[in-house]
Amino acid sequence: MSDFPTGASVVVIGAGVTGLSAAWWLARSGVDVVVIDKFIVGWEASGRNGGGASHYQSPLFAEEQRLWPQMDELLGYPTEYRRERIIIQRDKALLDHYLAVGRMCSAMGYRVDPLDAQQAQAMVPLTDETCLGGVHLRFGGHANPQRTVQAYAWALQDLGGRIFQHTPALSIETKGGRAVAVHTQRGRIACDALVVAAGPQSGMLLAPVGIDFPVASARAEMIVTEPAPLMAIGGVDGNGLYGRQTLRGNLAFGGGPHEWIGMAADGPAARPTSPLIRNLARRVAEMFPRAAHLNVIRSWAGVIENTPDGRPIFDRRENVTMATMSGVGFGLSPASGHAIRDLVVDGVCSFTDLSKLGLNRFADLPDDWREQRGWAA
Amino acid sequence: MLDFHALDGKIPLAEVRYGTVVVGAGTAGIAAALAAAKAGGTVLLVDENPVPGGLMGTDVPLFYGGRMTAAVQNSGRMVEQLFASNPGLEAAFDAGIDVRLGTIAWGLYRNGPAFRTMPEAQLGLADSERVWMVGYDRLVLATGARDVVLGFAGWDQPGVMGAQAFHALLTRYDALASRRVLILGSGTLACETALLAISRGIEVAGLVEVQATPQVPREMVSQLCAAGIPIHTGCTIAATTSGIDGIEQVVLRCGGADMAIACDTICLALAVQPATELLEAAGVSPGAADITLVGDCAGPAPDMAVIAAWSQALGRLAPPDTIVCQCEAVTRADLTGIQPPNYLDRPPAIAARSLATLAADGPAHPDQIKRLTRAGMGQCQGRRCRTQVACLLADATGVPIGQIPVASFRAPVRPIPLRLLADWQESTAMAEGWDVWFGIPTQWTPYADIGTPREAEIVANGGNMHV
Repeated sequence: MSDFPTGASVVVIGAGVTGLSAAWWLARSGVDVVVIDKFIVGWEASGRNGGGASHYQSPLFAEEQRLWPQMDELLGYPTEYRRERIIIQRDKALLDHYLAVGRMCSAMGYRVDPLDAQQAQAMVPLTDETCLGGVHLRFGGHANPQRTVQAYAWALQDLGGRIFQHTPALSIETKGGRAVAVHTQRGRIACDALVVAAGPQSGMLLAPVGIDFPVASARAEMIVTEPAPLMAIGGVDGNGLYGRQTLRGNLAFGGGPHEWIGMAADGPAARPTSPLIRNLARRVAEMFPRAAHLNVIRSWAGVIENTPDGRPIFDRRENVTMATMSGVGFGLSPASGHAIRDLVVDGVCSFTDLSKLGLNRFADLPDDWREQRGWAA
Repeated sequence: MLDFHALDGKIPLAEVRYGTVVVGAGTAGIAAALAAAKAGGTVLLVDENPVPGGLMGTDVPLFYGGRMTAAVQNSGRMVEQLFASNPGLEAAFDAGIDVRLGTIAWGLYRNGPAFRTMPEAQLGLADSERVWMVGYDRLVLATGARDVVLGFAGWDQPGVMGAQAFHALLTRYDALASRRVLILGSGTLACETALLAISRGIEVAGLVEVQATPQVPREMVSQLCAAGIPIHTGCTIAATTSGIDGIEQVVLRCGGADMAIACDTICLALAVQPATELLEAAGVSPGAADITLVGDCAGPAPDMAVIAAWSQALGRLAPPDTIVCQCEAVTRADLTGIQPPNYLDRPPAIAARSLATLAADGPAHPDQIKRLTRAGMGQCQGRRCRTQVACLLADATGVPIGQIPVASFRAPVRPIPLRLLADWQESTAMAEGWDVWFGIPTQWTPYADIGTPREAEIVANGGNMHV
């Protein structure tokens, strides 16, 4: 491990997918950047999610779509990115709902083809006649979250960026309203600019410097089966699930209820799974009847921070740039890092408007917003 | 205020509840069940044996190494065999205990840190027909121990197995297809395995020990000598030869000299690991008040120094293409180079990466290696490679093996088919509160529509919009 730094041009707190992408973009611009993390790169939600990359609602989406097909080459390491997705349904109301979502996407310029039952069954060989139809997203795709997070980290190092794992940020030192250093148990790192992308920890890091960054943390769960025969498009979900068939063939899916939990500076007290595994198994078995004989071999849980409206936060106060993707961060990461890089270096995002995602929208948020939503731990 | 989409109130009570649930019907488990029955209260005793032949073929839960006879495919016969080999089972029935054979305990769910939504502590069970949850006042784990497995050239061939599996196939099932066995290790487990084999008419080609001297008391060595069983000390495996039925010959390297030994089975009898994966997957510490561990699963952790010595001795002569993870076909070279699986490209930059560089970035965790190489991600759920990965990580990084964290266990701790695991009678609250993501209606509004009249319309329709 390289010597612990006394300073860097930019310090990024959080080696999740958003912080790592931001650091990689900064390093690509020649910025001297140091990333610190409480544990290991991508250890929380960034490495435990469904790998989807199709988030039409985001102002970052066009940039994300431009970048994903290039990411393996740009990073120099495999991400397992594959294009396009299919969403199938066996419930008429859900099918109609997704057909409507598809029409909305098409109207936005992201083409979605409706699939009748026969077409859907032909494109998704693991389903059967219980599949009523679906939508074929001619955009978006999916990648392997764990491999992608490591790819960002390695690509950052290859550009001279430094990552210090097992190094939680203890506090932010300010002077005249500006962040001048981050304190850790291993020492103080001075900085010209700071990026806070610490997920669930962002709120507790920013509160002492007078920034109210409202997030609440919850646990969500996924399951994975042994490999199934590869489908031509592995990004298939629906029936209340999100997820993908991995390139190895495993069916990895999540969805359903979450549990709001307390959060500490060093992370959640635990990441237990629950009997929800059975409800997930049911929905996977229903969605893929021809794979219902496959064994479930693992389940896992991840912890996700959410903002009060579920939308991201991108903001900069003085030299502190902060971001959360509010539970929809993996797929958008190529673009979120670019946006953060722009905010840090230029003060404004060069490729899209982010003005509706600032902290000022929460200016009137009551103190008990979590309780009001039933989001209290 | 409750979040309609949160887990609170959605997990039902178990369909059945017992005063005491005992997992594992070996000597210790039966004794615990009988004692609980005597003290009054309802008792459930489950045991995963007989394990379906198909699962045995993937070395779940023990390292059978393909050395089962065809008899294991006949579950009726296996049940008879279990009763014949374990008289305590009949005593348990007679004591009014609810005894369920062929029943797997695959998950333990219990409120604890960051977990409050269980209405009670529950154990997930499965047999070949169904999955169900049971509640309990007291849980007794008598889940035994499993073998510590290390690899060498050819260990992925039929005929390489663990001592626990060897004992189980001989004494529990009478279904071991071995004629001549070479045993790795010279401790008590290895000697007992050798004496058992002899007593059942299986030829023992010898014991192999990497250390200079046998690891058991002298009197046991004399027993082996009397039986004409050689102990090859200061030796390791240089090579193996296999045919269509698996292992045929082992070449030992003892000092500078090689020695060929014919055998059809190589039995790893180095050490055993208490089988506490139910607790580990649940993140429950063995000290929990409602849980008691009895028998071998309450035993000590294996001596990691012994395991490290074996790992290094076997590793020195193992070619780079030696398999570490059988399920995912990950080789030693793949693992130490933290290479992606072979269905992915290996771009030039990744050649500069290795376990050593990973460790240089901070203490490495075996779960990182799982993520990168897929070692431990397959159907055997890492039982065969978990220790090997930890040893290779220790060797590559200079970190003492005792300080390497164990790759995580996850529920279900045995593979269970989707259609069985599925809850086909889920609660109304679960069905109605289900959303593909968090069910936050404002989350999916297209950015351009935020702050426009269209926003309210989209938000009103805003659940289940995750694509």
